[in-house]
Amino acid sequence: MEPINTLTSTAIPLPIEDVDTDQIIPARFLKAVTKQGFGDNLFRDWRFDTNDQPISDFVLNNPTYKGEVLVAGKNFGCGSSREHAAWALGGYGFRVLISSFFADIFKGNVLNNGILPIVVSDQELNQIFLMIESDPSTQFVLNLELQTLQVNDLIVRFDIDQYKKQCLLKGQDDIDYLVSLKSEIEAFESKQVLY
Amino acid sequence: MENQKTLFDKIWDAHIVKEVPGERHVLYIDRHFIHEVTSPQAFAGLVERGLPLYRKEKIIATADHNIPTKNQHLPITEPLSRKQVDTLTQNCLNFDIPLYGMGHDKQGIVHVIGPEQGITKPGMTIVCGDSHTSTHGAFGSIAFGIGTSQVEQVMASQSLILDKPKTMRITVDGQLGDGVTAKDVILYIISKLTTSGGTGYFVEYAGEAIRSLSMEARMTICNMSIEMGARGGMIAPDDITYTYINGREHAPSEEVWDEAIAYWSTLYSDEGAQFDKEYQYQAEEIPPMITFGTNPGMGIPINAKVPELKDDKALNYMGLKSGEYLVGKKVQHVFIGSCTNARIEDLREVANFVKGKHRAADIKVMIVPGSKAVESQARAEGLDKVFVSAGFELRSPGCSACLGMNEDKIPSGEYCVSTSNRNFEGRQGQGARTLLASPLTAAATAIYGKIVDVRKYLN
Repeated sequence: MEPINTLTSTAIPLPIEDVDTDQIIPARFLKAVTKQGFGDNLFRDWRFDTNDQPISDFVLNNPTYKGEVLVAGKNFGCGSSREHAAWALGGYGFRVLISSFFADIFKGNVLNNGILPIVVSDQELNQIFLMIESDPSTQFVLNLELQTLQVNDLIVRFDIDQYKKQCLLKGQDDIDYLVSLKSEIEAFESKQVLY
Repeated sequence: MENQKTLFDKIWDAHIVKEVPGERHVLYIDRHFIHEVTSPQAFAGLVERGLPLYRKEKIIATADHNIPTKNQHLPITEPLSRKQVDTLTQNCLNFDIPLYGMGHDKQGIVHVIGPEQGITKPGMTIVCGDSHTSTHGAFGSIAFGIGTSQVEQVMASQSLILDKPKTMRITVDGQLGDGVTAKDVILYIISKLTTSGGTGYFVEYAGEAIRSLSMEARMTICNMSIEMGARGGMIAPDDITYTYINGREHAPSEEVWDEAIAYWSTLYSDEGAQFDKEYQYQAEEIPPMITFGTNPGMGIPINAKVPELKDDKALNYMGLKSGEYLVGKKVQHVFIGSCTNARIEDLREVANFVKGKHRAADIKVMIVPGSKAVESQARAEGLDKVFVSAGFELRSPGCSACLGMNEDKIPSGEYCVSTSNRNFEGRQGQGARTLLASPLTAAATAIYGKIVDVRKYLN
């Protein structure tokens, strides 16, 4: 997993609420047995019509907007637990997601894949959408160590679980830590009574 | 009051292996269900890291999402699907994991077979790479969906590092009216809370109306907890639970049965336990429900008008207008199936309604039992003959048209009244228009060819 700390990028706006993971990556693309290639099918049915032609008014098909940051309406990533949604976003090139609310399982999935979800207030989110609209080349400046996101004059101090922050900064996942707890896990098992 | 705990707290605390600095816990996982879609990358990760499967006796596998529901005895024709299902089969062979795959007499949808085989029991922590894992909470367990990375973590260590969710209690008192079922209750609750109202919480369902439900009905309720964003949902076990479990293949043996009951009987929220949030509803106020939009929270009473929404996207997709009634609307398909409503009681309810009747001329009806055991039971009771006489297509078990990953898709622009759990854009096929409802409402729609209030047609 690639570590993440500082990043400066423009952002792509998706001012739609309740975007579910079936939209992020439709079920017919879940047949793969590896983690590769999902970026190609990110938001597939919003990007392409049934003849595989790009849908012109979808933001990812608009060359005005580019970047490693996606700004989305609240409750982003609701619905199915498919981690393939995180692989699609990461595969496409996003490293940071900004919203006022992320669905629970989705949030965990992106964190486990080196993508940083930043929660901002509804007001801050509105401000951010307005800034991108008035100037698509607006720079987003992230500092994970300091837990700050700067967009023009707006400085957001965001919360993040401290354990997950360390994982992102070091590019580490949970498995190494869990496997190191073998004796504690065995101790738990030897005392457990379960029917 | 000192030390008053919720059911959730009791089970969570009993599974903490270690507290991690920064408020997370390492939680031990008792049972891990896997299926073909969310496991291949996890197995591959394990192999790449050179890690052994830590506790193979705690994993149970099935093939359900990506398999056909017709001609299951033949090789899968679609190459990617075939490869994915074969990958699961090979992984289960390599790692010596029991696989309830195609051809197995107990194969079925993962959240149907766990309880049915007595694998799901009170007091457990249960996970699966599938958000409807919350179903198992009906037994008084902490059951929730996880991503593939977490599947790999459980395979490697039988544990997960988790933040502890807040607790919510949803109480439904009173008695349900005729024609109103568990599915209507949960659709009603989600319509009140929205798809994000439960995010960050683990829900306990309580109250007279919940207590009076059978285990299968309780599973329907817990199944859809994820649709309000909750991590999971649970119902405290009681005699109804113990009776259901008794005698099933993996139920506690006779020798320890009394001990098991004694322990399970401690699994309830203490009188003085505090929940972070509580909601109360009255069962008599819950009507048959139906969804009109593109998320499960967009549900209305069957007789209500489609409401005004702040933007047109959902209604445009569904081809509906605010102010119109859904009752009387012609639909092209009915799907009875999914981990929400494909158990024997659901099939009996449908059979009871359609007996002696036939589906409307222009409607296609597919009924997919949740497992081989459900299918066998249905045949033994003659329900299959009722379905066939009614002109329903009876299929073999699998997730089927709930998510249309296999060939069971709804064509673009066509309406499907479905007993499944999600109505997102494109869920049942590109452009498909899903209306979620109970098996009773679905059965009535099948007969009359249009959406109806089933209460008008009950004896």
